Amino acid sequence: MKRFQSTEAVIALVLLTVMVLIGLVNPAFWGVANLFSLAKANVVIGIMALGVLLIMISGGIDVSFPAISAAALYITVRTMVALDYDGVLLPFIAASVIGVLLGAFNAFIIDRFKMIPLIVTLGTASIIRGLVLGLLGTSIVNINKMPDALIEFGKQDLTTVTAQNGATVGLTAMILVYLAIALVIHVVLRHTMTGRSIYAYGDDMESARRAGVNTRRTIFFVYCTAGLLAGFAGLLHSSMIWQANPRDFIGLELDVIAAVVLGGASIFGGRGSVLGTMIGVFTLVMVKNSLILMKVDTTWQRVVVGVIIVAATAITAWRDRKKLA
Amino acid sequence: MSAKAEEKPLLRRLLGSDASIAQLAVITLVIFVLMAAMNPDKFLRYYNFESITYIMPELGILCIAMMVAMLTGGIDLSIVAIANLAAITAGVYFRHPVVAEALDAGGLALVLHTAMGVTIALLVGLAAGLVNGLLISRLRIIPILATLGTGQIFSGLALVLTGGPAIVGFPETWNWIGTGKLLGVAAPFWVLILVAAVVAILLRRTHLGVNLMLIGTNARAAVFAGIRSSRMILYSYALTGVMAAIAGILLSGRTNSAKADFGASYLLQAVLIAVLGGTNPAGGKGRVLGVLLALVALMFLSSGMQMMRASNFMIDAVWGAFLVLVIAINYLRSSK
Repeated sequence: MKRFQSTEAVIALVLLTVMVLIGLVNPAFWGVANLFSLAKANVVIGIMALGVLLIMISGGIDVSFPAISAAALYITVRTMVALDYDGVLLPFIAASVIGVLLGAFNAFIIDRFKMIPLIVTLGTASIIRGLVLGLLGTSIVNINKMPDALIEFGKQDLTTVTAQNGATVGLTAMILVYLAIALVIHVVLRHTMTGRSIYAYGDDMESARRAGVNTRRTIFFVYCTAGLLAGFAGLLHSSMIWQANPRDFIGLELDVIAAVVLGGASIFGGRGSVLGTMIGVFTLVMVKNSLILMKVDTTWQRVVVGVIIVAATAITAWRDRKKLA
Repeated sequence: MSAKAEEKPLLRRLLGSDASIAQLAVITLVIFVLMAAMNPDKFLRYYNFESITYIMPELGILCIAMMVAMLTGGIDLSIVAIANLAAITAGVYFRHPVVAEALDAGGLALVLHTAMGVTIALLVGLAAGLVNGLLISRLRIIPILATLGTGQIFSGLALVLTGGPAIVGFPETWNWIGTGKLLGVAAPFWVLILVAAVVAILLRRTHLGVNLMLIGTNARAAVFAGIRSSRMILYSYALTGVMAAIAGILLSGRTNSAKADFGASYLLQAVLIAVLGGTNPAGGKGRVLGVLLALVALMFLSSGMQMMRASNFMIDAVWGAFLVLVIAINYLRSSK
């Protein structure tokens, strides 16, 4: 009984209901091609959301991760093009390192100057975007200039199915990368001291400090990991769409934060799980993708997404209020 | 010497006991001198300051709106969406065949319909603000998330109304609000002064202002003190919505057009300027004068940098760096 009352179970139930409804309106939803493309759309946003989850559990919020992602992917790809380097492993390490450094910058300001994370990350996002676009330019690295190895990496499929119209659709292998990262974050959060101290810090900063949690280490761990995931996801995105655009991900922070909240994380900190976040991301991506399938006029899409965010947050607010009583 | 002695009390009175205002005034002055020194022949021209008085008001009003939302520890991420929605609704009204015909006739009808358009825009702002306020005060949704969601809804509705492209061709009286001159000073600048004065008086001299500060300082104590918190919070978001609509009127009047995704960068800048102006994002502290000083400082900074042919992206980066710098200064000053 307890199991069914858990946040994850509730969201999963909502998700299933929505899936059935969409399937009834348009049976094409259950087509293999659509399901594969849904899975693909989850990967990059999902990895970013896991980073945001860590930050939200710690009681913070981050709106700079899209800027970090864009910076990491654009700096890495431009460097590869300039050096005429072709490879996969080293670039991903480079993108992740860029992410970690930028995340550490966030952590430093938040920890040293005791400023609200929202304001700090708004500022750093503006710095990062401004510097990347101002110093490196705005030109998009297209498929003909993109390093081949990266494209080949992003192209890999687990299985391919030939659809009725003759086109082959594949299930991207990147889904494995996403699942592996999710597993690691889950283990860290549930079974390590570091993970538990993030929950403790997010629940009550002062109690955590008195209980012996190294708060500075916790903040740095959270923001650096989120930066790492953002940088990694950025380059992964680039290799999956075969181009590097420094203006990518603008406005994505709202979607990702909404997905994480939808997944049951509390913006006050101390609550949230990997499974819930993954379901939240899937729900948001699915609804966005399915609005077209359901023949909703494209101009109405933003309204629908907004209503979903408000409804989801109203439900969590109601839940948190019951907890307080 | 004697002149200096006379000056001091006046200055003190003007700045109040708030050290952050004095600090801001110094920063603004430094930026002014720096930009004037770096662009000696361009920056100090009358034309430069005149163009600033046209561009500044719409952003300035959004900043004051953001400051009001922050007083209770909240934030309003939907102000730019409200501004666009208000301007677009008025634009749709002007497009209505009957109204368009009357507008073509000109004369008194032109003025009357413009007044109607302004009223409609303000009502849209009020309604949007009330929606935010109800979600935050009654349903207890966290302000960031509530306004993030409603921001999507408002800009989505704006998109539905226009179908995508910008609405162009507002009546000339409407455009006068954004580009005209009154007593030798830009009309939008008068609007900014009026809004700033009204909000300053509201915050300093009325129950609403005092209550908002109390709620922001200690929400629980405010409840025990008998303040009707949720009603006050509702009012503050309604005020924010109306101010956003005013900014929307100025923006559409200045550019003679309205679009669902105009001025997206204003959101970040409004947060930034409100915080720079000494507003505490955790609530309880904020002054109109501080916000105006920060606004002027950043206006000087960006107009000076534009003269040095810096790209807009670099200006964004400098704004961000400036925010982080001021956070650091504030921290170091308060920890002394």
